Amino acid sequence: MTLSVGPQHPGSGHFRLIITVDGDIIVKAEPDPGYVHRGEEKMAEVRNYIQNIPHIERPSIIDASGILYPYVLAVEDLLGKSAPERAQYIRMIMAELNRITSHLYFLSIFGIFLGHSTMFMWPMGDREVFIDLSQMIGGTRITFSHFVPGGVRSDAPDSFADKAEKTCDYFEGRLKEYERIFVNNPLCHQRTVGVGVLTKEDAIKLGVVGPSLRASGVKSDTRRDEPYDAYDKVDFEVPVYSEGDSYARLRVHFDEMRQSMSIIRQCIKQMPKGPVKQKLPPQLRPPAGEAYARTEAARGAMAYYIVSDGGNYPYRLKMNVASFRNLIAIPYLLKGVHLADMPTVYWGLDYWPVEADK
Amino acid sequence: MSAQSSLEQSLVQQLSSQFKDSVRSSSFKAKRFKITVDETIILKVAEYIRDQLGFDHAASVTGTDFPKDGVIEVVYHFTSYSKDDLRKVVGALAVRIPRDSPKIPSLINVWPSVEYHERETYEMLGVTFEGHPNLKRLLLPEDWSDIPPLRKDFTLPGR
Repeated sequence: MTLSVGPQHPGSGHFRLIITVDGDIIVKAEPDPGYVHRGEEKMAEVRNYIQNIPHIERPSIIDASGILYPYVLAVEDLLGKSAPERAQYIRMIMAELNRITSHLYFLSIFGIFLGHSTMFMWPMGDREVFIDLSQMIGGTRITFSHFVPGGVRSDAPDSFADKAEKTCDYFEGRLKEYERIFVNNPLCHQRTVGVGVLTKEDAIKLGVVGPSLRASGVKSDTRRDEPYDAYDKVDFEVPVYSEGDSYARLRVHFDEMRQSMSIIRQCIKQMPKGPVKQKLPPQLRPPAGEAYARTEAARGAMAYYIVSDGGNYPYRLKMNVASFRNLIAIPYLLKGVHLADMPTVYWGLDYWPVEADK
Repeated sequence: MSAQSSLEQSLVQQLSSQFKDSVRSSSFKAKRFKITVDETIILKVAEYIRDQLGFDHAASVTGTDFPKDGVIEVVYHFTSYSKDDLRKVVGALAVRIPRDSPKIPSLINVWPSVEYHERETYEMLGVTFEGHPNLKRLLLPEDWSDIPPLRKDFTLPGR
Protein backbone atom coordinates (compact mmCIF):
# COMPACT_ATOMS: atom_id res chain seq x y z
CA MET A 1 0.00 0.00 0.00
CA THR A 2 1.29 3.46 -0.88
CA LEU A 3 0.71 6.35 1.49
CA SER A 4 1.16 10.03 0.88
CA VAL A 5 2.41 11.52 4.12
CA GLY A 6 2.24 15.30 4.14
CA PRO A 7 2.74 17.90 2.77
CA GLN A 8 1.03 19.19 5.91
CA HIS A 9 3.75 18.76 8.52
CA PRO A 10 4.76 15.10 8.61
CA GLY A 11 7.36 16.42 11.01
CA SER A 12 7.96 20.09 10.84
CA GLY A 13 7.66 22.27 7.79
CA HIS A 14 5.82 21.37 4.62
CA PHE A 15 7.22 18.27 3.04
CA ARG A 16 5.78 15.12 1.55
CA LEU A 17 6.90 11.53 1.83
CA ILE A 18 5.55 8.87 -0.49
CA ILE A 19 5.73 5.72 1.57
CA THR A 20 5.07 2.13 0.51
CA VAL A 21 4.18 -0.12 3.42
CA ASP A 22 3.85 -3.84 3.91
CA GLY A 23 1.74 -4.21 7.03
CA ASP A 24 3.22 -1.48 9.17
CA ILE A 25 6.78 -1.87 7.87
CA ILE A 26 8.06 0.71 5.41
CA VAL A 27 9.51 -0.94 2.32
CA LYS A 28 10.12 2.20 0.28
CA ALA A 29 10.13 5.90 1.01
CA GLU A 30 10.50 8.63 -1.56
CA PRO A 31 10.89 12.24 -0.45
CA ASP A 32 8.98 14.91 -2.34
CA PRO A 33 10.31 18.32 -1.28
CA GLY A 34 9.64 21.72 -2.82
CA TYR A 35 6.51 22.93 -1.01
CA VAL A 36 8.37 25.82 0.56
CA HIS A 37 10.70 26.72 -2.30
CA ARG A 38 11.22 30.49 -2.36
CA GLY A 39 13.84 30.96 -5.05
CA GLU A 40 16.47 32.31 -2.66
CA GLU A 41 19.25 31.78 -5.20
CA LYS A 42 17.44 33.75 -7.90
CA MET A 43 16.54 36.51 -5.42
CA ALA A 44 20.20 36.80 -4.50
CA GLU A 45 21.06 37.68 -8.11
CA VAL A 46 19.00 40.88 -8.00
CA ARG A 47 20.06 42.15 -4.58
CA ASN A 48 23.38 43.56 -3.52
CA TYR A 49 25.74 41.87 -1.11
CA ILE A 50 24.28 43.60 1.97
CA GLN A 51 20.62 43.31 0.92
CA ASN A 52 21.16 39.58 0.58
CA ILE A 53 21.93 39.12 4.27
CA PRO A 54 18.38 39.16 5.73
CA HIS A 55 16.71 36.99 3.13
CA ILE A 56 19.26 34.19 3.01
CA GLU A 57 18.81 33.79 6.76
CA ARG A 58 15.14 33.00 6.34
CA PRO A 59 15.35 29.34 5.24
CA SER A 60 16.69 28.40 8.63
CA ILE A 61 15.58 30.96 11.18
CA ILE A 62 16.23 28.70 14.17
CA ASP A 63 19.89 28.61 13.12
CA ALA A 64 20.09 32.08 11.57
CA SER A 65 23.77 32.66 12.34
CA GLY A 66 24.73 29.21 11.14
CA ILE A 67 23.17 29.64 7.72
CA LEU A 68 24.63 33.12 7.26
CA TYR A 69 28.16 32.39 8.46
CA PRO A 70 29.68 30.93 5.25
CA TYR A 71 28.06 33.68 3.18
CA VAL A 72 30.07 36.39 4.92
CA LEU A 73 33.20 34.23 4.77
CA ALA A 74 32.73 33.76 1.02
CA VAL A 75 32.22 37.48 0.42
CA GLU A 76 35.27 38.26 2.57
CA ASP A 77 37.24 35.74 0.55
CA LEU A 78 36.20 37.47 -2.70
CA LEU A 79 37.06 40.89 -1.27
CA GLY A 80 40.34 39.68 0.19
CA LYS A 81 39.38 41.11 3.59
CA SER A 82 38.98 39.53 6.99
CA ALA A 83 37.16 40.40 10.18
CA PRO A 84 38.91 41.91 13.24
CA GLU A 85 39.83 39.35 15.87
CA ARG A 86 37.13 40.35 18.35
CA ALA A 87 34.49 40.05 15.63
CA GLN A 88 35.67 36.54 14.86
CA TYR A 89 35.10 35.51 18.48
CA ILE A 90 31.69 37.17 18.57
CA ARG A 91 30.70 35.31 15.42
CA MET A 92 31.77 32.07 17.02
CA ILE A 93 29.77 32.82 20.17
CA MET A 94 26.68 33.59 18.09
CA ALA A 95 27.15 30.48 15.97
CA GLU A 96 27.48 28.28 19.06
CA LEU A 97 24.48 29.90 20.78
CA ASN A 98 22.49 29.20 17.64
CA ARG A 99 23.73 25.64 17.60
CA ILE A 100 22.38 25.18 21.12
CA THR A 101 19.01 26.78 20.37
CA SER A 102 18.69 24.74 17.19
CA HIS A 103 19.59 21.50 19.00
CA LEU A 104 17.09 22.32 21.76
CA TYR A 105 14.40 22.80 19.14
CA PHE A 106 15.46 19.46 17.69
CA LEU A 107 15.22 17.80 21.10
CA SER A 108 11.78 19.10 21.90
CA ILE A 109 10.28 17.94 18.60
CA PHE A 110 12.11 14.62 18.97
CA GLY A 111 10.55 14.30 22.44
CA ILE A 112 7.02 14.96 21.28
CA PHE A 113 7.41 12.48 18.42
CA LEU A 114 8.11 9.85 21.04
CA GLY A 115 5.05 11.00 22.97
CA HIS A 116 7.18 12.47 25.74
CA SER A 117 5.58 15.84 26.36
CA THR A 118 7.93 16.84 29.21
CA MET A 119 10.79 16.63 26.73
CA PHE A 120 8.82 18.97 24.52
CA MET A 121 8.27 21.55 27.28
CA TRP A 122 11.71 21.60 28.90
CA PRO A 123 13.93 22.27 25.89
CA MET A 124 11.48 24.85 24.53
CA GLY A 125 11.64 26.63 27.89
CA ASP A 126 15.42 26.40 28.20
CA ARG A 127 15.80 27.55 24.61
CA GLU A 128 14.47 30.91 25.78
CA VAL A 129 17.45 31.54 28.08
CA PHE A 130 19.82 31.08 25.15
CA ILE A 131 17.61 33.26 22.96
CA ASP A 132 17.85 35.97 25.66
CA LEU A 133 21.60 35.57 25.57
CA SER A 134 21.86 35.88 21.79
CA GLN A 135 19.49 38.85 21.94
CA MET A 136 22.09 40.67 24.04
CA ILE A 137 24.50 40.53 21.10
CA GLY A 138 22.27 40.24 18.05
CA GLY A 139 19.54 42.65 19.12
CA THR A 140 16.59 40.47 18.16
CA ARG A 141 15.36 37.09 19.29
CA ILE A 142 15.92 34.90 16.30
CA THR A 143 16.73 36.49 12.95
CA PHE A 144 19.72 38.63 13.77
CA SER A 145 21.21 39.58 10.37
CA HIS A 146 24.14 40.24 12.63
CA PHE A 147 27.08 39.02 10.58
CA VAL A 148 28.27 41.29 7.78
CA PRO A 149 31.28 41.02 5.48
CA GLY A 150 34.14 42.49 7.50
CA GLY A 151 32.80 41.71 10.98
CA VAL A 152 29.57 41.92 12.93
CA ARG A 153 27.02 44.69 13.31
CA SER A 154 27.22 45.10 17.07
CA ASP A 155 29.53 44.29 19.96
CA ALA A 156 28.68 42.19 23.02
CA PRO A 157 27.76 44.33 26.05
CA ASP A 158 29.98 44.15 29.17
CA SER A 159 27.31 42.28 31.07
CA PHE A 160 27.35 39.46 28.52
CA ALA A 161 30.22 37.47 30.05
CA ASP A 162 28.55 37.13 33.46
CA LYS A 163 25.17 36.29 32.05
CA ALA A 164 26.64 33.71 29.69
CA GLU A 165 28.58 31.99 32.49
CA LYS A 166 25.44 31.81 34.63
CA THR A 167 23.34 30.50 31.78
CA CYS A 168 25.89 27.80 30.92
CA ASP A 169 26.14 26.73 34.59
CA TYR A 170 22.37 26.49 34.76
CA PHE A 171 22.08 24.57 31.53
CA GLU A 172 24.79 22.06 32.39
CA GLY A 173 22.67 21.06 35.37
CA ARG A 174 19.59 20.87 33.19
CA LEU A 175 21.30 18.58 30.69
CA LYS A 176 21.80 16.03 33.50
CA GLU A 177 18.07 16.19 34.20
CA TYR A 178 17.32 15.72 30.50
CA GLU A 179 19.48 12.63 30.50
CA ARG A 180 17.79 11.24 33.59
CA ILE A 181 14.26 11.78 32.34
CA PHE A 182 14.68 11.15 28.61
CA VAL A 183 17.97 9.89 27.21
CA ASN A 184 18.40 7.15 29.81
CA ASN A 185 14.71 6.35 29.83
CA PRO A 186 14.02 2.71 28.76
CA LEU A 187 11.04 3.90 26.72
CA CYS A 188 13.29 6.17 24.71
CA HIS A 189 15.74 3.30 24.19
CA GLN A 190 13.04 0.97 22.93
CA ARG A 191 11.94 3.40 20.26
CA THR A 192 15.36 4.57 19.11
CA VAL A 193 18.11 1.96 19.65
CA GLY A 194 18.73 0.07 16.42
CA VAL A 195 16.04 2.04 14.58
CA GLY A 196 16.76 3.80 11.29
CA VAL A 197 20.37 2.69 10.94
CA LEU A 198 22.68 4.48 8.51
CA THR A 199 25.95 2.61 8.05
CA LYS A 200 29.30 4.35 7.90
CA GLU A 201 29.83 3.28 4.27
CA ASP A 202 26.44 4.66 3.22
CA ALA A 203 27.00 7.89 5.15
CA ILE A 204 30.27 8.52 3.31
CA LYS A 205 28.93 7.45 -0.08
CA LEU A 206 25.82 9.63 0.24
CA GLY A 207 27.78 12.63 1.50
CA VAL A 208 25.61 12.93 4.62
CA VAL A 209 26.56 15.85 6.87
CA GLY A 210 26.30 17.03 10.44
CA PRO A 211 25.14 15.11 13.51
CA SER A 212 23.82 12.28 11.32
CA LEU A 213 27.27 11.79 9.83
CA ARG A 214 28.98 11.74 13.22
CA ALA A 215 26.36 9.34 14.59
CA SER A 216 27.40 6.94 11.82
CA GLY A 217 31.01 6.87 12.94
CA VAL A 218 32.63 9.48 10.69
CA LYS A 219 34.65 11.96 12.70
CA SER A 220 34.20 14.97 10.47
CA ASP A 221 33.36 18.49 11.51
CA THR A 222 34.16 21.52 9.36
CA ARG A 223 35.21 23.44 12.47
CA ARG A 224 37.99 20.84 12.83
CA ASP A 225 38.62 19.88 9.20
CA GLU A 226 39.02 23.41 7.93
CA PRO A 227 39.05 25.81 10.91
CA TYR A 228 37.64 29.22 10.06
CA ASP A 229 37.81 32.42 12.12
CA ALA A 230 39.29 31.47 15.52
CA TYR A 231 38.14 27.85 15.74
CA ASP A 232 41.75 26.72 15.64
CA LYS A 233 42.33 28.56 18.93
CA VAL A 234 39.68 26.77 20.99
CA ASP A 235 39.66 23.22 22.30
CA PHE A 236 36.67 21.04 21.71
CA GLU A 237 35.79 17.41 21.11
CA VAL A 238 33.96 16.12 18.06
CA PRO A 239 31.43 13.63 19.46
CA VAL A 240 31.22 10.43 17.41
CA TYR A 241 29.07 7.32 17.78
CA SER A 242 29.41 4.22 15.66
CA GLU A 243 25.86 2.82 15.84
CA GLY A 244 24.26 5.07 13.22
CA ASP A 245 20.77 4.69 14.73
CA SER A 246 18.24 7.22 16.03
CA TYR A 247 19.67 6.94 19.52
CA ALA A 248 23.21 7.76 18.36
CA ARG A 249 21.90 10.82 16.54
CA LEU A 250 20.15 11.93 19.72
CA ARG A 251 23.36 11.49 21.73
CA VAL A 252 25.42 13.47 19.23
CA HIS A 253 23.06 16.41 19.65
CA PHE A 254 23.41 16.18 23.43
CA ASP A 255 27.19 16.04 23.40
CA GLU A 256 27.44 18.88 20.91
CA MET A 257 25.53 21.22 23.21
CA ARG A 258 28.10 20.55 25.95
CA GLN A 259 30.94 21.25 23.52
CA SER A 260 29.24 24.44 22.34
CA MET A 261 29.04 25.73 25.91
CA SER A 262 32.71 24.94 26.37
CA ILE A 263 33.54 26.89 23.19
CA ILE A 264 31.44 29.86 24.37
CA ARG A 265 33.27 29.90 27.71
CA GLN A 266 36.66 29.79 25.98
CA CYS A 267 35.67 32.52 23.55
CA ILE A 268 34.65 34.82 26.40
CA LYS A 269 38.02 34.28 28.10
CA GLN A 270 40.13 34.65 24.95
CA MET A 271 38.22 37.46 23.28
CA PRO A 272 40.46 40.54 22.89
CA LYS A 273 39.20 44.13 23.11
CA GLY A 274 38.98 46.13 19.91
CA PRO A 275 36.83 46.95 16.92
CA VAL A 276 34.20 44.48 15.71
CA LYS A 277 33.87 45.67 12.16
CA GLN A 278 36.23 46.56 9.38
CA LYS A 279 35.09 49.65 7.54
CA LEU A 280 34.04 48.67 4.04
CA PRO A 281 32.25 50.71 1.37
CA PRO A 282 28.45 50.53 1.62
CA GLN A 283 28.22 49.13 -1.89
CA LEU A 284 30.47 46.10 -2.07
CA ARG A 285 31.86 45.23 -5.48
CA PRO A 286 34.07 42.16 -5.13
CA PRO A 287 36.46 41.62 -8.02
CA ALA A 288 35.43 39.05 -10.62
CA GLY A 289 36.11 35.55 -9.44
CA GLU A 290 34.57 32.81 -7.38
CA ALA A 291 34.68 31.62 -3.79
CA TYR A 292 33.52 28.50 -1.99
CA ALA A 293 33.29 28.91 1.78
CA ARG A 294 31.98 26.36 4.24
CA THR A 295 31.25 26.19 7.94
CA GLU A 296 29.64 23.77 10.36
CA ALA A 297 26.08 24.96 11.00
CA ALA A 298 23.86 23.26 13.57
CA ARG A 299 22.53 20.78 11.00
CA GLY A 300 25.89 20.12 9.38
CA ALA A 301 28.26 21.46 6.76
CA MET A 302 26.88 24.62 5.22
CA ALA A 303 28.51 26.16 2.16
CA TYR A 304 28.13 28.99 -0.30
CA TYR A 305 29.54 29.11 -3.78
CA ILE A 306 29.54 32.67 -5.09
CA VAL A 307 30.49 33.72 -8.61
CA SER A 308 31.18 37.43 -8.95
CA ASP A 309 31.43 39.38 -12.20
CA GLY A 310 32.70 42.47 -10.42
CA GLY A 311 29.25 44.02 -10.15
CA ASN A 312 27.00 45.06 -7.27
CA TYR A 313 25.08 41.79 -7.23
CA PRO A 314 26.36 38.24 -7.01
CA TYR A 315 26.36 36.80 -10.52
CA ARG A 316 25.48 33.39 -9.09
CA LEU A 317 24.97 32.38 -5.50
CA LYS A 318 24.64 28.73 -4.63
CA MET A 319 23.43 27.78 -1.16
CA ASN A 320 24.62 24.32 -0.34
CA VAL A 321 22.55 23.58 2.75
CA ALA A 322 22.85 20.63 5.10
CA SER A 323 19.20 19.57 4.87
CA PHE A 324 19.31 19.31 1.09
CA ARG A 325 22.40 17.15 1.31
CA ASN A 326 20.77 14.89 3.89
CA LEU A 327 17.62 14.44 1.79
CA ILE A 328 19.28 11.56 -0.02
CA ALA A 329 19.53 9.55 3.22
CA ILE A 330 15.78 9.48 3.89
CA PRO A 331 15.00 6.40 1.73
CA TYR A 332 17.93 4.55 3.32
CA LEU A 333 16.92 5.41 6.88
CA LEU A 334 13.23 4.62 6.57
CA LYS A 335 13.58 1.24 4.89
CA GLY A 336 12.42 -1.49 7.24
CA VAL A 337 11.24 0.90 9.92
CA HIS A 338 7.81 0.64 11.58
CA LEU A 339 5.45 3.32 10.37
CA ALA A 340 5.02 4.49 13.97
CA ASP A 341 8.76 5.20 14.17
CA MET A 342 8.78 7.19 10.93
CA PRO A 343 8.44 10.62 12.60
CA THR A 344 11.38 10.07 14.96
CA VAL A 345 13.63 8.65 12.28
CA TYR A 346 12.74 11.48 9.93
CA TRP A 347 13.25 14.13 12.58
CA GLY A 348 16.40 12.45 13.89
CA LEU A 349 18.06 13.24 10.57
CA ASP A 350 17.61 16.91 11.49
CA TYR A 351 16.00 17.63 8.16
CA TRP A 352 14.38 21.04 7.83
CA PRO A 353 12.18 21.41 4.72
CA VAL A 354 12.39 25.19 4.49
CA GLU A 355 16.17 25.04 4.49
CA ALA A 356 16.31 22.23 1.93
CA ASP A 357 13.87 23.92 -0.46
CA LYS A 358 15.63 27.29 -0.32
CA MET B 1 51.18 27.42 4.53
CA SER B 2 53.58 26.25 1.85
CA ALA B 3 52.85 22.62 2.71
CA GLN B 4 49.14 23.31 2.24
CA SER B 5 49.40 25.06 -1.08
CA SER B 6 51.70 22.38 -2.44
CA LEU B 7 49.00 19.77 -1.83
CA GLU B 8 46.48 21.62 -3.99
CA GLN B 9 49.15 22.30 -6.57
CA SER B 10 50.19 18.67 -6.76
CA LEU B 11 46.55 17.56 -7.11
CA VAL B 12 46.03 19.95 -10.01
CA GLN B 13 49.32 18.88 -11.61
CA GLN B 14 48.43 15.23 -11.26
CA LEU B 15 45.09 15.78 -12.97
CA SER B 16 46.57 17.98 -15.68
CA SER B 17 49.26 15.47 -16.59
CA GLN B 18 46.76 12.60 -16.60
CA PHE B 19 44.20 14.28 -18.87
CA LYS B 20 46.52 16.59 -20.82
CA ASP B 21 44.56 17.56 -23.92
CA SER B 22 41.12 17.53 -22.36
CA VAL B 23 41.91 20.00 -19.60
CA ARG B 24 40.68 23.46 -20.59
CA SER B 25 41.87 25.35 -17.51
CA SER B 26 42.88 24.82 -13.93
CA SER B 27 43.52 26.96 -10.89
CA PHE B 28 44.23 26.58 -7.20
CA LYS B 29 44.45 28.59 -3.99
CA ALA B 30 44.70 27.60 -0.34
CA LYS B 31 42.40 24.61 0.29
CA ARG B 32 40.62 24.97 -3.06
CA PHE B 33 41.30 23.89 -6.61
CA LYS B 34 39.31 23.87 -9.80
CA ILE B 35 39.75 22.03 -13.05
CA THR B 36 37.69 22.52 -16.21
CA VAL B 37 37.56 19.62 -18.65
CA ASP B 38 35.79 18.58 -21.86
CA GLU B 39 32.37 17.15 -21.12
CA THR B 40 33.18 13.98 -23.08
CA ILE B 41 35.68 12.75 -20.48
CA ILE B 42 34.01 14.01 -17.30
CA LEU B 43 33.12 10.46 -16.21
CA LYS B 44 36.74 9.33 -16.53
CA VAL B 45 38.05 12.37 -14.68
CA ALA B 46 35.52 11.92 -11.88
CA GLU B 47 36.41 8.25 -11.53
CA TYR B 48 40.08 9.16 -11.39
CA ILE B 49 39.40 11.81 -8.74
CA ARG B 50 37.47 9.30 -6.64
CA ASP B 51 39.68 6.24 -7.05
CA GLN B 52 43.18 7.68 -7.44
CA LEU B 53 42.96 10.89 -5.45
CA GLY B 54 40.50 9.68 -2.80
CA PHE B 55 37.71 12.26 -2.89
CA ASP B 56 34.83 10.07 -1.76
CA HIS B 57 31.76 12.27 -2.13
CA ALA B 58 30.45 15.29 -4.01
CA ALA B 59 29.09 18.10 -1.89
CA SER B 60 27.18 20.02 -4.50
CA VAL B 61 26.37 20.52 -8.15
CA THR B 62 26.01 24.09 -9.38
CA GLY B 63 25.03 25.40 -12.76
CA THR B 64 25.86 28.92 -13.84
CA ASP B 65 24.42 30.49 -16.98
CA PHE B 66 26.73 32.64 -19.14
CA PRO B 67 24.54 33.88 -22.03
CA LYS B 68 27.32 36.13 -23.37
CA ASP B 69 29.58 33.12 -23.96
CA GLY B 70 26.61 30.94 -24.91
CA VAL B 71 27.53 28.36 -22.27
CA ILE B 72 26.32 26.90 -19.02
CA GLU B 73 29.01 25.94 -16.59
CA VAL B 74 28.28 22.93 -14.42
CA VAL B 75 30.52 22.63 -11.36
CA TYR B 76 30.82 19.60 -9.09
CA HIS B 77 32.33 20.40 -5.69
CA PHE B 78 33.82 17.38 -3.98
CA THR B 79 35.75 16.57 -0.83
CA SER B 80 36.64 13.60 1.32
CA TYR B 81 35.59 12.03 4.60
CA SER B 82 37.85 9.00 4.57
CA LYS B 83 41.22 10.66 3.84
CA ASP B 84 42.30 12.95 6.64
CA ASP B 85 44.67 15.14 4.61
CA LEU B 86 42.02 15.79 1.95
CA ARG B 87 39.29 16.87 4.36
CA LYS B 88 40.38 20.48 4.32
CA VAL B 89 40.43 20.59 0.53
CA VAL B 90 37.39 21.27 -1.63
CA GLY B 91 37.92 20.53 -5.29
CA ALA B 92 35.81 21.65 -8.21
CA LEU B 93 35.31 19.78 -11.46
CA ALA B 94 33.73 21.97 -14.12
CA VAL B 95 32.47 21.58 -17.67
CA ARG B 96 31.25 24.28 -20.01
CA ILE B 97 28.48 23.13 -22.31
CA PRO B 98 26.48 24.97 -25.00
CA ARG B 99 23.42 26.55 -23.50
CA ASP B 100 21.09 25.68 -26.39
CA SER B 101 21.57 21.92 -25.85
CA PRO B 102 23.07 21.42 -22.39
CA LYS B 103 23.77 17.72 -21.93
CA ILE B 104 26.38 15.91 -19.86
CA PRO B 105 26.75 12.38 -18.52
CA SER B 106 25.43 11.99 -14.98
CA LEU B 107 28.04 11.32 -12.29
CA ILE B 108 25.57 9.42 -10.13
CA ASN B 109 27.49 6.17 -10.55
CA VAL B 110 30.72 7.83 -9.45
CA TRP B 111 29.33 9.89 -6.58
CA PRO B 112 25.82 8.72 -5.56
CA SER B 113 25.52 11.86 -3.43
CA VAL B 114 24.81 13.96 -6.55
CA GLU B 115 21.35 12.42 -7.07
CA TYR B 116 19.23 15.33 -5.83
CA HIS B 117 21.75 18.02 -6.74
CA GLU B 118 21.63 16.95 -10.40
CA ARG B 119 17.84 16.94 -10.31
CA GLU B 120 17.91 20.48 -8.94
CA THR B 121 20.32 21.64 -11.65
CA TYR B 122 18.15 19.93 -14.27
CA GLU B 123 15.04 21.87 -13.33
CA MET B 124 16.71 25.15 -12.44
CA LEU B 125 18.97 25.42 -15.51
CA GLY B 126 17.60 22.84 -17.92
CA VAL B 127 20.79 20.75 -17.98
CA THR B 128 20.13 17.12 -18.92
CA PHE B 129 22.20 14.56 -17.02
CA GLU B 130 22.31 11.47 -19.23
CA GLY B 131 22.08 8.23 -17.30
CA HIS B 132 20.39 9.70 -14.23
CA PRO B 133 17.73 7.15 -13.23
CA ASN B 134 15.18 9.61 -11.88
CA LEU B 135 15.68 12.92 -13.62
CA LYS B 136 12.43 14.71 -12.83
CA ARG B 137 11.23 17.90 -11.22
CA LEU B 138 12.18 18.40 -7.58
CA LEU B 139 11.53 21.83 -6.05
CA LEU B 140 9.51 23.76 -8.64
CA PRO B 141 5.69 23.65 -8.71
CA GLU B 142 4.18 20.83 -10.73
CA ASP B 143 2.50 23.25 -13.11
CA TRP B 144 5.66 25.26 -13.85
CA SER B 145 5.71 25.92 -17.59
CA ASP B 146 8.23 28.77 -17.92
CA ILE B 147 11.92 28.50 -18.83
CA PRO B 148 14.30 27.18 -16.15
CA PRO B 149 14.36 29.96 -13.54
CA LEU B 150 18.10 30.21 -12.93
CA ARG B 151 18.74 30.97 -16.60
CA LYS B 152 19.74 34.61 -16.95
CA ASP B 153 16.93 35.33 -19.43
CA PHE B 154 14.34 34.45 -16.81
CA THR B 155 13.52 37.76 -15.15
CA LEU B 156 11.77 38.13 -11.84
CA PRO B 157 8.40 39.87 -12.03
CA GLY B 158 8.85 43.56 -11.29
CA ARG B 159 12.63 43.52 -11.76
